[in-house]
Amino acid sequence: MVESKQQWKAWLYLAPAIVLLLVFTVWPIINTVAMAFMENYSGLVKVGGDSAFRIGFGNFVRVAQNSEFQSSLTNTILLCVITVPVSTVLALLIAVALNAIKPLRNALQTIFFLPYVTNAIAIGMVFAAMFNIVGSIGGRREIIVTAGIVNNIIEFFGGQKVNWINIGSTYWANMAVMIIYIVWNALPFKILILTSGLQSINKQYYEAAKVDSTPRWRVLTRITVPLLSPMLAYVVITGFIGGFKEYTSVVGIFGEGMGPAHDPGRLNTMVGLIYDSLATNNQGRASAAALYLFGIILVVTLINLQVSKKRVHY
Amino acid sequence: MKIVLRNLTKIFPSRNKKSNEEVVAVNDFNFEIPDGKLIGLLGPSGCGKSTTLYMISGLQKPSGGRIFFGDDDVTDLPTEKRGIGLVFQNYALYPHLTVLQNILFPLQNLRGEDKMTKDQMLDRATKVARLVQIENLMDRKPSEMSGGQQQRVAIARALVKMPRVLLLDEPLSNLDARLRLQTREEIRRIQKETGITTVFVTHDQEEAMSISDMIVVMKSGLVQQIGAPQEVYNDPANLFVAKFLGTPPINVFSGRVRGGRLFIGEDDVMAVGGVGDGEVTVGIRPEGFIPDANGALRCRPVNLEVMGRDVSVISTHPASLKEEIRSIINADLSVDVSGETIRYSIKPHKIFLFGKDDEERIRFEVK
Repeated sequence: MVESKQQWKAWLYLAPAIVLLLVFTVWPIINTVAMAFMENYSGLVKVGGDSAFRIGFGNFVRVAQNSEFQSSLTNTILLCVITVPVSTVLALLIAVALNAIKPLRNALQTIFFLPYVTNAIAIGMVFAAMFNIVGSIGGRREIIVTAGIVNNIIEFFGGQKVNWINIGSTYWANMAVMIIYIVWNALPFKILILTSGLQSINKQYYEAAKVDSTPRWRVLTRITVPLLSPMLAYVVITGFIGGFKEYTSVVGIFGEGMGPAHDPGRLNTMVGLIYDSLATNNQGRASAAALYLFGIILVVTLINLQVSKKRVHY
Repeated sequence: MKIVLRNLTKIFPSRNKKSNEEVVAVNDFNFEIPDGKLIGLLGPSGCGKSTTLYMISGLQKPSGGRIFFGDDDVTDLPTEKRGIGLVFQNYALYPHLTVLQNILFPLQNLRGEDKMTKDQMLDRATKVARLVQIENLMDRKPSEMSGGQQQRVAIARALVKMPRVLLLDEPLSNLDARLRLQTREEIRRIQKETGITTVFVTHDQEEAMSISDMIVVMKSGLVQQIGAPQEVYNDPANLFVAKFLGTPPINVFSGRVRGGRLFIGEDDVMAVGGVGDGEVTVGIRPEGFIPDANGALRCRPVNLEVMGRDVSVISTHPASLKEEIRSIINADLSVDVSGETIRYSIKPHKIFLFGKDDEERIRFEVK
């Protein structure tokens, strides 16, 4: 019974963390759920005062009917569905290549990891500068100071410059910039996880494959990927969770307008929408939107886990 | 397919950049492995036996010398084009694939003329599985099998593509004693049935002696002796080989030759014709002792171990280079270890003389 005597000590040590988590994590979650079900809840009106809120699904209905919610949801899902697979495959190929070279491996690993330690907004601003056209576009008197480094490269190779993010840019041009930015930003963490995973694979499997004259592509698909599958599952699941919370990347490139100047809010995401609702004191709707997001992440993660049960070899 | 190793040498550069110490893992190895034979590469760890095997496989590049399969020079041929089967010490079975998938894996890699249909592959895999007696385990994963079963799967995977040469790296070291005995017989049987030239590496002399057609004893990168196991045992080229082969190990004494007679300590053991006077090292196999009231070698008995068919007498002698002398004596002969001394006469073909310094064998005529 020594353990039970010692238990109060354990609780004592855990207390600071528990208290902080209760106050700043658990209670807000409970509160969010509560607010979501209070019709028209607003932080400007006192709870339980003269005007108690009716309980109901009104917030959920109103959020779902909101066209901005629908476009935010579409944006978020599109970004997720495109960037997670693309960044995972790229990270896998880069990790395998990094693992195959000896000289410069450490230097390259460091370079590939740099974006991870760089501020997202700062990277966003650099990306914005790369795609930004300075001057006036279109019209009879087009003046272009610089078309941005990306357009310069395209033009160097004989292509037509693209209006990526400025006034008059198309939705898919905007999305393309977002996808490139998010993929680039997501790579370092994935490469880090996958290279460390690769290094833990027994070299003898590759020697055995060599003895059996296995073609390279087959080594990758039949040996590396299955043996790396726990890491890949981890990277994909956390990638989706992070993807559904996409927000700062859009702010980094388009600013708080969440879209090009002629169509603000066009690239808004779920998290962006929640912030917008909070800013206009629609805490009830913000909570409902947050719960929608929670539900989506939950379902996607469950699907991911279900798939990985069949495909992942521990 | 015979394998010819000509002046095969492997030098590992020093790991430490400051020192220039190179490690010569294999030094000028010459050997022609006859077609269809089972060859055991034998030696203590670090003797270069595994390096030799991996050079034959192509996974390591020799620093010098050539390797031929038949008449083809394969020295510069990459592993994947050599058509070898290799069984790794830890088997290296793909953990995420079933036994069947593991065995099929090499066949699925075949391209061009050798490409097989699914049915052909399945047929071949089943045949090999039957050969190594694992046909009832085909749906298991490697982690769900015992070491011996994994071993067989590894052999099946190596055999399924009908390799020109089969290489085994310490194939039995992960098995328990009983399984080791059983599996080595198995390897012998499979090798005989398939007739594939097989080279295997081991540090266990008993293992090598029991199943090899020929053994190659190595030490510090140098080949010490090549020959049929019994031949090498009966006629060791030097003290190292004599010591390395045989359980219990050979007994070693410091001795002296004077006037054509061999002295161990004070004991005038026997006549050795054709050997000049001087100090020698004497090796006597445990089975070379005959208890004899008039025997020349006088030892002090310590203990008697009864092993049924034989008895093992532990004794000491002042000139012995080891603490104890172990002699194996037929249990039918009566041995008295209660006295102060036990006297032996020595079977002349079980006693070997070696140079005191170079440890090379000194041959003598029995008179």
